[in-house]
Amino acid sequence: MSNHLKNITLRIWRQAGPAAKGNFETHVVDEITDEASFLEMLDILNDKLITEGKEAVVFDHDCREGICGTCSLMIDGQAHGPQRGTATCQLHMRKFKDNDTITIEPWRASAFPIIKDLMVDRSAFDRIIESGGYITAETGGAPDANLIPISKIVADAAMDSAACIGCGACVAACPNGAANLFTGAKIAHLSRLPQGQAERYSRVEAMVETMDERFGSCTNHGECEAACPKEISIDVIALMNKDYRKAKFANRKDLARK
Amino acid sequence: MTLTDELFAKNTVTLDSKIPEGPVADKWDNYKQNMKLVNPNNKRKFKVIVVGTGLAGASAAATLAELGYQVDAFTFHDSARRAHSIAAQGGINGAKNYKGDGDSVHRLFYDTVKGGDFRSREANVHRLAQVSIDIIDQMVAQGVPFAREYGGLLDNRSFGGAQVSRTFYARGQTGQQLLLGAYQQFSRQVGLGGIRLFNRTELIDVVVIDGRASGIVVRDLITGEITSHAAHAVVLATGGYGNAFFLSTNAMASNVTAAWRAHRKGALFANPSFTQIHPTCIPQSDESQAKLTLMSESLRNDGRVWVPVNQNETRLARDIPEEERDYYLERLYPSFGNLAARDVSSRAAKRLVDNGQGVGAKKNGVYLDFAEAIERLGRDVVQERYGNLFEMYERIAGENPYETPMRIYPASHYTMGGLWVDYELQTNIPGLYAAGEANFSDHGANRLGASALMQGLSDGYFVLPYTIGNGLAPLLNKPMPGIDHPEFKVAEEAARERYNAYLAINGTKSPDYFHRELGKIIWDYCGMERTEEGLKKALELLPALYQEFKTDLRVTGDGDSLNQTLEKAGRVDDFFQLGMLMCRDALDRNESCGGHFRSEYQTDDGEALRDDVNYCHVAAWQWGGNPMTPNLNVEPLEFETVHLATRSYK
Repeated sequence: MSNHLKNITLRIWRQAGPAAKGNFETHVVDEITDEASFLEMLDILNDKLITEGKEAVVFDHDCREGICGTCSLMIDGQAHGPQRGTATCQLHMRKFKDNDTITIEPWRASAFPIIKDLMVDRSAFDRIIESGGYITAETGGAPDANLIPISKIVADAAMDSAACIGCGACVAACPNGAANLFTGAKIAHLSRLPQGQAERYSRVEAMVETMDERFGSCTNHGECEAACPKEISIDVIALMNKDYRKAKFANRKDLARK
Repeated sequence: MTLTDELFAKNTVTLDSKIPEGPVADKWDNYKQNMKLVNPNNKRKFKVIVVGTGLAGASAAATLAELGYQVDAFTFHDSARRAHSIAAQGGINGAKNYKGDGDSVHRLFYDTVKGGDFRSREANVHRLAQVSIDIIDQMVAQGVPFAREYGGLLDNRSFGGAQVSRTFYARGQTGQQLLLGAYQQFSRQVGLGGIRLFNRTELIDVVVIDGRASGIVVRDLITGEITSHAAHAVVLATGGYGNAFFLSTNAMASNVTAAWRAHRKGALFANPSFTQIHPTCIPQSDESQAKLTLMSESLRNDGRVWVPVNQNETRLARDIPEEERDYYLERLYPSFGNLAARDVSSRAAKRLVDNGQGVGAKKNGVYLDFAEAIERLGRDVVQERYGNLFEMYERIAGENPYETPMRIYPASHYTMGGLWVDYELQTNIPGLYAAGEANFSDHGANRLGASALMQGLSDGYFVLPYTIGNGLAPLLNKPMPGIDHPEFKVAEEAARERYNAYLAINGTKSPDYFHRELGKIIWDYCGMERTEEGLKKALELLPALYQEFKTDLRVTGDGDSLNQTLEKAGRVDDFFQLGMLMCRDALDRNESCGGHFRSEYQTDDGEALRDDVNYCHVAAWQWGGNPMTPNLNVEPLEFETVHLATRSYK
């Protein structure tokens, strides 16, 4: 049965724009049903702010089903809040109790500049994918889908890393602001499949180098795996590193041949 | 003379569906053999704008860029990968017949026409079934990790409204994996310079010059800046309008603005009352709820739907003995059982809940029970098939579906209606195309499960790249209006005034307040069951609430920076106008078909009663200067291959 939470204090980061100085603003919300999601709690706050003539708190969100990767939020210092394997939009107020103080911040990473309040710019992720995070298969001319059997174990492993939602929690949780889990997940997805072999080494080289231009370096803290709402394993980083080393050899050989 | 003939004679717009000659199975080939082509070296002289980066938009933009067209792609999301196609769970149909269970292009075509309750265009549906095969090949080539059997071949499951297994899937995240496939192909073109990407940019008007779509006006959501973009063709792949109900399974930002602005510029809006209420969503738990979550229809492969026989049941589900349970779908529709079509299943649930047999604290749901499946298959197999859906349910509802049955209830999910398009997916405005859920073309009055992904990718990969070329070929080396044309300036100025007006009202209520109230009216009177009386009432309530919106709205902040409240105000405004059209269309269609169920028109056992003499047509509405005064145009539908019959899932 539903219960109503009393006297929740929210410390929310407000920042007018990328160059503006930000600060924490305190708001109290009361009588929030514990059936409400965390973002619905923020909706209630925003409705109240608008009615009072104040600007609503800006935050990114969309599907609210944990799949689009739009929502973010550092909640009490944890990317996506306290529930493991759960994006902010799937977090419910039943995880909190009366009189709690909750601190809400944007993703903090130099590659993700703040746009306003809790919203950040994650387009650096798109640049990584654009540099090589695909299998080149232009429309038309694809062979029959069952032509190449793919073992179930391989397909399942590819799916495990393809489950990445591109939210950026891994970067936000990393003390170095590294994007190795995100990049490694895409590389592992494509490199595990037979269709991905032709571009395997050129892909890893291009993606890793694009990543390195924008993000910090990985020093194996493992915070990314702990923060990932899809619980993607840091094994993908090992696979990426191994392939990157191989790529440096493989591509040099290609060059020598030319 | 039938009503369709009478109305057709009064059409204010010439509706030429451009269906090619020949038997239905040959039409698409005939079209491709006769279409005009653009030489590869000339393609770069044409610019195409694609709005929306979901399955239809991303696949269209990527393919057009591969062909050599200059593509400008727009999304209001931060990244093209966020489009709501990503949330589709269950699967995608393809007439591969890999299971050898009697599937074929013809059968998928037949099932889709029948599932749509004979309100779709045969020629379009047949093409969809034909290219469904190519879609699966294309997506596998791109590395979409579809589910596989131990031998390494692709696995299939079955979905509502079909008696074969033709649905390909990637766990419960098929939409995500397909969208990421299309997004990656799209991103490759962004990297290669074939596509210019405009993210966090929202379409706010379509510009029509001398009767032809010449470009769009957009608002940069970060800076508030309003600018124009000109092109030889504009594709709207901007999704459906299910959020008119406020509570729906659509993403929070999904809206009708692009389609509606095109409608106001002369594009006809077809069958707006054809909305799909999905039978398996998690019931509403409280008043502050902002959206509903779908539980994939694939769950109905193994889950059994039931309610207690007794209205005053208070026991836990597991304590209710078999003889006091009503497995109503199996009882009412024995040959399809728990996989009866969506509209049929939804109404059955509504009747039982209305009859007081609902379950849960609010008695607002029915059970979807896996106990029998777990006993038959073992917990591991059930977890393998549905594990992530079960986890999602537990997070939202706070109950463990391995131990207690899920509670589900129908919710707004998909809209079959949309911009009227011809066989080429071109609206009645030359140069303006609509693809995916934004158009009306393929699903008639009800869409079958796993067909939305199929249609989005069909339109984007295998239809538009051909038909746009056919439209552009005659324009080679002809002068086209640029953004310095006065029409662009007029549209920009009107858009600025519109957004400034929301800020100036300075009333007392937020856009969300109005959206919620608007949604309640549409859900109550134009939802799962409609009546003449109710629709008339809605058409009184909506203009009154709209008036209040225009005088008592409060939008804080300003128009020159990121302002989500202002974005929302514009979208709610358009939902109001669309809501009036939805009710008007539902009121005018004096029959029941698919998702449009008018209580006055039902068979003795409560099924939809079509009127094929008078309503076998598409109702395509023209903007009449005011949301309450639209002009009706009709396109008669002819069924040459699949003969009109009463749909039965018994």
